Order: sequence, then structure tokens, then C-alpha cells
Amino acid sequence: MRKAGKPDSGARLAFYHALLLGALFALWYALTTPGLVSEEFAKNTAFFFGKPVQVLKVTWEWFAGGKIYPHLGVTLLETLLAFGVGSVLGLGVGLWLALSPTASALADPYIKAMNAMPRVILAPIFAVWFGLGITSKVALGVTLVFFIVFFNVYQGVKEVSPTVLANARMLGASRRQLLRYIYLPSATSWVFSSLHTSVGMAFVGAVVGEYLGSAKGVGYLILQAEGVFDINTVFAGILVLTAFALVLDVVVTKVEARLLVWRPKTAETEAL
Amino acid sequence: MAVSGSTDTSAPVGGTALALDGITCMFAARAGARGGQEGRYTAVENATLSVAPGEFVSVVGPTGCGKSTLLNVAAGLLAPSAGRVAVFGAPLQGLNRRAGYMFQSDALMPWRSALANVTAGLEFRGTARDTAEAQARDWLARVGLAGFEHRYPHQLSGGMKKRVALAQMLILDPQILLMDEPFSALDVQTRQLMENELLELWSANRKSVLFITHDLEEAISLSDRVIVLSAGPATRPIGEFAIDLPRPRDVAEIRMMPRFVELHGSIWHAMKAEVLKGYAQSRQA
Repeated sequence: MRKAGKPDSGARLAFYHALLLGALFALWYALTTPGLVSEEFAKNTAFFFGKPVQVLKVTWEWFAGGKIYPHLGVTLLETLLAFGVGSVLGLGVGLWLALSPTASALADPYIKAMNAMPRVILAPIFAVWFGLGITSKVALGVTLVFFIVFFNVYQGVKEVSPTVLANARMLGASRRQLLRYIYLPSATSWVFSSLHTSVGMAFVGAVVGEYLGSAKGVGYLILQAEGVFDINTVFAGILVLTAFALVLDVVVTKVEARLLVWRPKTAETEAL
Repeated sequence: MAVSGSTDTSAPVGGTALALDGITCMFAARAGARGGQEGRYTAVENATLSVAPGEFVSVVGPTGCGKSTLLNVAAGLLAPSAGRVAVFGAPLQGLNRRAGYMFQSDALMPWRSALANVTAGLEFRGTARDTAEAQARDWLARVGLAGFEHRYPHQLSGGMKKRVALAQMLILDPQILLMDEPFSALDVQTRQLMENELLELWSANRKSVLFITHDLEEAISLSDRVIVLSAGPATRPIGEFAIDLPRPRDVAEIRMMPRFVELHGSIWHAMKAEVLKGYAQSRQA
């Protein structure tokens, strides 16, 4: 993981990370401001890439003025709902199909076809079905999350060790207990290991949904700004989304570590 | 040396705990399988053996001879193609509810701590959580794992995992123990420790044991009786030997006794031809 051997290497790495970020911003600034480059060139790059100072200013105003919070809240809500609903559906259908060969054989081509279909194309249809509120974004996120969870659950059930299964049966587990004590934990462990991907997909679903038509959310802010060629605001939106995705990822990592304590990590030693 | 019935002296009131009668197991042949006719592979053919109440019986045979198949039949995990299984006189239907099974490979649930693994059987039976946990702590202590209750299987050594598996099986107090080379993956020292512990637990509360192994020394030092299987395919018992070594035994010391060496010599004599046959087959394959 991130903890490295030497005590100071973590701090040093963080310093280099910050340095790299600073360098990128400096480059961005230098290329969009007259001085090092010609005024004509700076004007062009600023049109396409925005100006870093302006971008940061817009971001600051959003947070200081509190304008961004309701939008972030809506995006977060959509992400969580899409993740929750998609996971539960994927878990249920995955368990069902993995344990019932007939249903699995019947559904197989349809599952494959639906997974192969570019789901983003459904966004306009969902907008027609569910309107411009959060439901249509959640629906789009669900179609993305469902398949990730579904395939992992399916795999998880198929990969249950036959010995563990036979052992549970010998210990007296009924069919229902096998489902609850063996298949479900095995399947959920696969779901947790795909947590990063599925949360990421839920987020993509939410933002893309907002971008294609909405009244709220960070995707909506970007869409509005783009409509008036306010490139600085577009970049501020991207900045906020990126930071938000990073925060989400850190939270998921924490949750994952908590839920998967039983899983072996490479070269684990324990303090006495 | 081959005996029949004389071992019943060590057993309590008559009858058999486990009886396999004329068991034959045929499998659909895999590509390149040997010894089959019409696309079938006969793993076990017409095998008959029995375990008396409180008796410790080991089954030895060359590798790949169908020892585990026989044990799976006794456990009810595998239905034989022909033959009958009787448990305390009653024909076996479905799983053998009076037997505990210790597997060769890891059978612990990796997502459950040692304690939760041991309580599993009681949970399936609907025992109250407090009672189950108290009993499980007691059993973990008995197999020498007090203080390791909250470790997960991956945090335990091979020997510790076997102890957890032993406690997991014994907590349900089965009358018959089926053990499939349970210690084969352990190093020699750990293995002897585990064998002694098994003997100690067993003599405190005598169960019927059917112990599968490929290690003749292990078989002799643990058992009341050793059954030798022929090389596969169509494995069947070809000899029975009563082990009249005194108990309690220490598996490390008992190997030095002249009687042990004598028994080892005669059983090995009976096994040798089969082992060589099995080896020749595995080289051809």
C-alpha cells in the first residue's frame, strides 16, 4: 500500500507530488499568460484551456459562496443511489443465475448483449422515462454498476472452494444456510474487491446523466458554462469533480480495508 | 497377520459404527483415463470394510488409489454406483449426519475468524450464540489455540488451521470421524504433535475413526487396525492388520518399538507390490 519502508519516504513522496502539481499549474499559467509566450498565442490557449487563476477563483467562489454544495450534494446522492441499487440488483441476480443453471443458460445471451451495449446511449431514453430529476441519472448509473457487480457475484459463487462447501454441508448446513453463510460472503467479497470500479461507474453515470440533461448537479454546472463558452467555469467543474472522485476513492479504500480484514495481504506482518 | 473380527475386543458393545458393503464407484472417464471399459473409470470396486464403535481404523494405499472416494462415500458426499453403506446398522441416505469430516485441503471459511469457524456447525443447528461461543472457546483451548479466537485463517499457520478444523469437527460431537490425510500437508514435527493431540482427544472420548493416509508409519502409530488398499483402478482392500501396540502411545517413541518395526515390515510386505504397481501406472500415464 502507500506505507513505504523508510519513515521519511512517505512525506518526501507527498512533497514531490505537490511539486509536480505546482509545476503543471505553472506551465498552464505560463502558456496562457502573455510574457513567455506571445499575446496571440496566450489568447488562443486561454480560450481553449482557461486561465488557472480564473479557474481557481471560480472554484473558490463556488465553495466560499456556498453555491456548489447543493450541486455536489445532488451528484453525491445520485452516485450513492446508483451504487446501492445497482449493487443490490447485481447481487440478487448474480446469486440467482449462478445457482440456477437453467436460468443462467437462458439469460446468458441477453446478459452479454446488454453488457456489450454502450449504456450511455440509454441516457436520453431514461430522461424521457424518468424526467430530468435525479431518477434518470440514478437509472443510468445503475445500468453501469449492475453489470460490474453481477459479473463479480457470478464469479464469486462459481469460485467457492468445493472443499469449503463440502465442509459446510458436513457441518450440517441446509441449502438456505449454504446460501447465507457460504455463497453470500464469498460473493460479497468479490463485490467489495470491485468497489473502486463500481463506485467510479456510479459517479460516471451520475455526471454523464447530468451533462446530458438536468437541472442540478456538477454536470449541470459544466453544461451551463459550456453553453456560454465560459471555459474557466468548465475547468473549475472538472477540477471539483476530480477532487470529489479522489475523496470518494479514499473513502472506498477505507471501507474496503474494514470489510475485507479477513483477506490475506501480501507479506503481512503484525505488531505484537 | 490378516485378521477378521478379533479387533472387536477393544470395542464396546457389539455392532458396527460404519459399514461399507460391496462399494463400487464408477466415473465417466476423462480423456486418457486408464483401466476403464466403455468409457468408464472404476475407482473403487467391491470394497467392504467396517469400523466398530470406538475403533480407530486407518486405510493406507498407494497414491491415487481411490482412498478419498471411499471416504466420500462413507460421508454421504458421493453416492456409490453399487453397494451399501450402513451407519450404526441403519442404511445411509443422503449425508452422514453422525459423522464429522476432516478434509485434506483447507476447508475453513476464510471470511470467518477461528472462533466463528468453530461455532459454524452449532450455528447451522440453531444453537444460541452465547452457548455456541462459549463452547467454541472451550474447544479452541482444548486444541491449544486459546488466544487465537479472532485470527482469520490466513493469519494462522498450517498446523493451527488443522487444529481449528479439528475443533470445528469435534464441537458437534460426531460419533464417527472421517479423516482424509488431514496432516499430510504439515511438516514432520508439527505432524507428530498433531497426531499425539489427536490420540489424546480421541482416547478421552472414543469415537469411531476412519483415517485415510498414504503414510504407513502414521497409520500404524495411530490405529487399532490398518486396512491396505490395492493400487487403482478398481481399488479394494487386500489386507487387514490388527495393531496390538499398547496405548497410550506417543507417535514419535512408538516408532522405535520392535513390535512396531515388525508390524511395519509385514504390512509393507503386503503393500509393496501395490505401490510398485501404482508407480508403474503413474509413469505410463
